[in-house]
Amino acid sequence: MMLVFALFFILPLCFVVMVSFWDYNEYQMIPRFTTRGYYESFEGCLTKLPELCTMLATYVKTVKLCLIVWLFTFLIGFTVAYFLAFHVRSKTWQIALSLLCTIPFWTSNVIRMIAWIPLLGRNGLVNTGLMDLGITHEPIEWLLYSEFSICLALVHLFTFFMIVPIFNSMMRIDRRLLEAAYDAGATGWQTLWNIIIPLCKPGIVIGSIFVITIVMGDFITIGVMGGQQVAAAGKIIETRLNALQFPAAAANAVILLAITFLIITMLNRLVDIRKEL
Amino acid sequence: MNSGSHVELIGVSKSFASTIAVDAINLKIPAGSYCCLLGPSGCGKTTTLRMIAGHEAATSGDILLGTQNVTDLPPAARGTAMMFQSYALFPHLSVIDNVAFALKMRNVEKTERHAKARKLLELVDMASYEERLPAQLSGGQQQRVALARALITAPQVLLLDEPLSALDPFLRIRMRAELKRLQRELGITFIHVTHGQDEALALADMIVLMHDGNISQAGSPREVFNAPANEFVAKFIGGHNIVARAGKKFAVRSDLMELQVKKPATKTASITGKISEIEYQGTAFHITLHSTTGEDMMVQMPEHKFDATPLKVGAEVYAIWEPASAHALG
Repeated sequence: MMLVFALFFILPLCFVVMVSFWDYNEYQMIPRFTTRGYYESFEGCLTKLPELCTMLATYVKTVKLCLIVWLFTFLIGFTVAYFLAFHVRSKTWQIALSLLCTIPFWTSNVIRMIAWIPLLGRNGLVNTGLMDLGITHEPIEWLLYSEFSICLALVHLFTFFMIVPIFNSMMRIDRRLLEAAYDAGATGWQTLWNIIIPLCKPGIVIGSIFVITIVMGDFITIGVMGGQQVAAAGKIIETRLNALQFPAAAANAVILLAITFLIITMLNRLVDIRKEL
Repeated sequence: MNSGSHVELIGVSKSFASTIAVDAINLKIPAGSYCCLLGPSGCGKTTTLRMIAGHEAATSGDILLGTQNVTDLPPAARGTAMMFQSYALFPHLSVIDNVAFALKMRNVEKTERHAKARKLLELVDMASYEERLPAQLSGGQQQRVALARALITAPQVLLLDEPLSALDPFLRIRMRAELKRLQRELGITFIHVTHGQDEALALADMIVLMHDGNISQAGSPREVFNAPANEFVAKFIGGHNIVARAGKKFAVRSDLMELQVKKPATKTASITGKISEIEYQGTAFHITLHSTTGEDMMVQMPEHKFDATPLKVGAEVYAIWEPASAHALG
């Protein structure tokens, strides 16, 4: 177990960190210590402050995108999990509806994304529908190849990762606790806020970690749904790799990893996951 | 402190899908009394309690608390509070926040609700544990906290769902005394669901024995024990032998029966049989008899009497009793 972990996780990670400090030219890496991979990415950023340079702006946008996606996956995931756990009484229905949630996973990621295009495009279902109804007169441009479509696709893809751990936490809540709260005069909202949410914290944090780590590093969805026009941290790495600037790509990967790690550490502060599992 | 309310059930029924859990029961529990709902599992006692609490809607009938009809009110508006089986303490809240929970729901300020909670924790002797989480408490301590939590709203009626069943036998007897003491001090009505007849006899001012969704008998412990209404009551409450005489059934307390080897005078009520078991119980011997008419009966024999005429398993004996101690069953 430890060996597998070391071989497939620790070792590659060490390589990435190592390479990020190497030098490079147009076609090869030069194994010589330098911080060029880091400072070149942020060239001129300090002098430009408080205005954000492209690189910083990209990271800020990545974090923003991540937070928006997190918020929506959380809201939808929590609601669906709540419905499944507390409103669906029969076990059979619970299993059937949970399986229904997995249907999007029956096809590949890319196909699920592409499926949005006929819906959201200039002549897509939504635009023609809106125009036929007379609500708009010309196609809405921001539906596709925009931050909106990226968020939409990401939320669609990853809400399930939020549903499962939250549902799991909810199923562990002793139903008598809800009765005890009701007996004490708690309203539905009060029970939700004072009992259910605190007891679901581990599930919420685990789901959040899934979503945040996936979204922070994503470049395929952002590429496809953003029409290759929207920059994000994952896209930076991809571009660098395509330009064969491996040390620069590695440096950006390390930065991204650090940011993600920071967010997860903050979440861990809220809940001690190891204790709760 | 508080004055309890009397509780009245009028033709209260509860049916689940096709089964009738509680079948049109009528019951009046006097204010400030300790009432035990007693019966085997599935007799409808817990459902009855939950209907009084408001956690189960009555299919038909009315539930009165004092002068108020509470049939359709939510639990918190009834003036009842419930202590749940295995306590249902909130695992993420400290002891004091658990106790203060109902006040928090009523938007009582933190210092005020903590002060009130602390008073109740003192009442149940748990004041020094207020910062602990429920998982850090023993079963008996959790029970005290659950009790304090139920009492914080100053209910007129406290409903207890098998409060002692999760405790070990030693603790059970101690907590039993504590419950009785609390009830006496607070003066409110306690309704306590149990399947243990010894618990009910020890605690209750009024025992309500239920069977198949009906009330078999309601009365003081002595009434129920000395004058069981029917065979079911006599068997469930224990300590009775059922004997058939001239086509009628009688209950005779096992401690009012005596055993002798000599054939008794014909006038004395007696039954003959073989001893199948002798158990020493400390204060008495419990001697099981298999009668010639095919019934098993148990006779309690004080130690000194047993020493005077030692009996052996397999011996033929006569069980005799005073005709006056035979209670005719309905």
